[in-house]
Amino acid sequence: MAYKKRFDGRKIEELRPMEAKTGVIKRADGSAMFKIGKTVAIAAVYGPRELHPKFLQNPETGILRCNYNMMAFSGSGERVRPGPSRRSKEISMVTEKALRSVLDLRKFPNAVIDVYIELIQTDSGTRCAGICAAAMALADAGIPMKDLVSAVAVGVIDGSVCVDVTKEEEDYESGMGDIPIAILPRTGEVTLLQLDGEITPDELKKAVELGVKSCKQIYEIQKKALKERFTRESK
Amino acid sequence: MSMIKDHIVSLLAKDMREDGRKLTEYRKPITIEYGISAKSAEGSARVFIGDTEVVAGVKLEVGKPFPDTPDDGVLMVNAELLPLSNPEFESGPPSIGSIELARVVDRGIRESHMIDTEKLCIKKGEKVWIACIDIYPINDAGNLFDAAALAALAALKDARFPEYDEKEGKVDYSKKTKTKLPLAKEAVEITVIKIKDKFLVDPTTEEWEALDARLTVAVLEDGKLCALQKGGDGSLKPDDIEKMVDIALEKSKELRKLL
Amino acid sequence: MSELIVKDKDIVVPGEILAVGMDFLPAGGAYREGEQIVASQLGLVNISNRLIKLIPLTGKYLPKKGDTVIGKVVTMTFSNWFIDIGCQNEGVMSLRDTSEFIDKGADLSQFYNFGDVVVAKISKVTRGAIDLTMREPGLRKLTPGKLVKVTPSKVPRIIGKEGSMITMIKDKTGCKIIVGQNGVIWIQGTPEAEMLAYQAINLIQEKAHMEGLTDEVSKFLEKAKGG
Repeated sequence: MAYKKRFDGRKIEELRPMEAKTGVIKRADGSAMFKIGKTVAIAAVYGPRELHPKFLQNPETGILRCNYNMMAFSGSGERVRPGPSRRSKEISMVTEKALRSVLDLRKFPNAVIDVYIELIQTDSGTRCAGICAAAMALADAGIPMKDLVSAVAVGVIDGSVCVDVTKEEEDYESGMGDIPIAILPRTGEVTLLQLDGEITPDELKKAVELGVKSCKQIYEIQKKALKERFTRESK
Repeated sequence: MSMIKDHIVSLLAKDMREDGRKLTEYRKPITIEYGISAKSAEGSARVFIGDTEVVAGVKLEVGKPFPDTPDDGVLMVNAELLPLSNPEFESGPPSIGSIELARVVDRGIRESHMIDTEKLCIKKGEKVWIACIDIYPINDAGNLFDAAALAALAALKDARFPEYDEKEGKVDYSKKTKTKLPLAKEAVEITVIKIKDKFLVDPTTEEWEALDARLTVAVLEDGKLCALQKGGDGSLKPDDIEKMVDIALEKSKELRKLL
Repeated sequence: MSELIVKDKDIVVPGEILAVGMDFLPAGGAYREGEQIVASQLGLVNISNRLIKLIPLTGKYLPKKGDTVIGKVVTMTFSNWFIDIGCQNEGVMSLRDTSEFIDKGADLSQFYNFGDVVVAKISKVTRGAIDLTMREPGLRKLTPGKLVKVTPSKVPRIIGKEGSMITMIKDKTGCKIIVGQNGVIWIQGTPEAEMLAYQAINLIQEKAHMEGLTDEVSKFLEKAKGG
């Protein structure tokens, strides 16, 4: 295992410093900011609200729409051309799937819940940060949820399974395994799992274990941020 | 909108506003934070005017100049009215609202000659610096124009060149130099709106929707004007224009102090 | 083995386990899943004996039959107005449910137009549809007034026991006030009086959990009037 000491000095199982805050966008029904290392994501939830145009409405169930976007100046190198890319469309889709499982959309016939995620600054782990922010925003909006959703990117670098990879680590060697994972903290169920790179099944098993463990730590940060806004008020 | 507009008009008849402000009073606080995306953007800033929040970032790249200005760098301003910031905004290609916002901010920066584009030239006719400013509202509580212009200005002031290897012709974004953009004058943009026969600054969302006409004025330090944009379905009398410009000149001094 | 995991007045997030065991009964936003009582929303725990109630702290207005609501006309068809009352579906009011008789084929915008604000009552709530009516005294298009949005859960506090709080504010400011259960409040009076009533309502929102609030708001209004 050649990669043991991480570039930023972190331990293999150590997450970058995190910051989370809710209620950051007043016009939204729910909103949150989630920062991990230098990756900063904000999310806003509008809904449930009447879905327009009417022909898209479903009288049996509501729909969830997720839109993930990186601000043009948020990339780590050149400017990111504004507008949806294939990458951002796919991330929007897997984000929607990751969040969908905690919602009972049958409660919102003819309605839509819109989730908008923007990245202000990035250093890897963006889709995971987006999911963490979005889950907090949904809870902040008072939408009934089965659980929160917590996500992190696990990496397999040179045989070493480490959590919360940075861009530097992503670029370190070709074929390093990048595994974003999202879970429901209460049950440990996985709602997002992707892999980019070459790894062994055993490494995957370790990665999922480490991912679940780390997500539970992230959950504590999300919980705290949600409660913080109200702890003064209720006394 | 009509009931809400009617109420706004009845208050204005007594020189009052829904939130208790004077007609020419900006919301407080107005804050500017620099370097909010310091790892990714060459320059960035966040502006709050009351609850309205806008962020802007500057990316610098090296490319070919326009054929008709071979020794000038390039400036581009882009804005997107994010649906994140306002329940009425929709996802999709840039709306005319986004385009107008970008072009009005662009005009203020370009016509003030804030950036001496000749100083952005690396090799005449071949390589120049291209500055792209991207503006994003985060919370739209009214008066996006002024907040956007202020955020763009602040992001430009915050910007520093990345390292550029002339021989290889490559930019190393991971290394920022200490060299700031060559900035000369600074234009401050003030939007004055007209509702019936009253003039207001810093409109809230409801006031913006109730306006008959609006005028965004870019003011330079020496009191000269360098850009104007009239908007709204209603018309302005020449007398109105004079009054609105006077208000803009007055308020520009206040905003300028914050930079 | 029954066990209470949280305490009274705790704030919890969706998915948090409130109690374990069959001895407890869930209420409000709390529900039972097997052996566990779980929170479904961000809320405040309220425990009385074996009843564990979760009071949501955020969330849109939940429409109820019989509620008086205030909303804005956003669309209309040949026979219906669609009114935004700030919840998951728009309210629908048909020709037949207005306070005056309107002929079929009439121009609906002559009666209630885009941007008009109305006070109506919810006559029926079905899945995905909220029916509104204005066929009761007091329900009408509102003339210009100050519109204030509050958290729907604070509405009972703003109205007060048997209307005591809102009546006191009306008396002391001289304003006409209509409180919609959907958290929209219409205030009409002199500009100064409207502002005062607005500030009083904000005060109630801030201190909703306090005792003796009616007295405090009364004192605030007296003081502000220069009394």
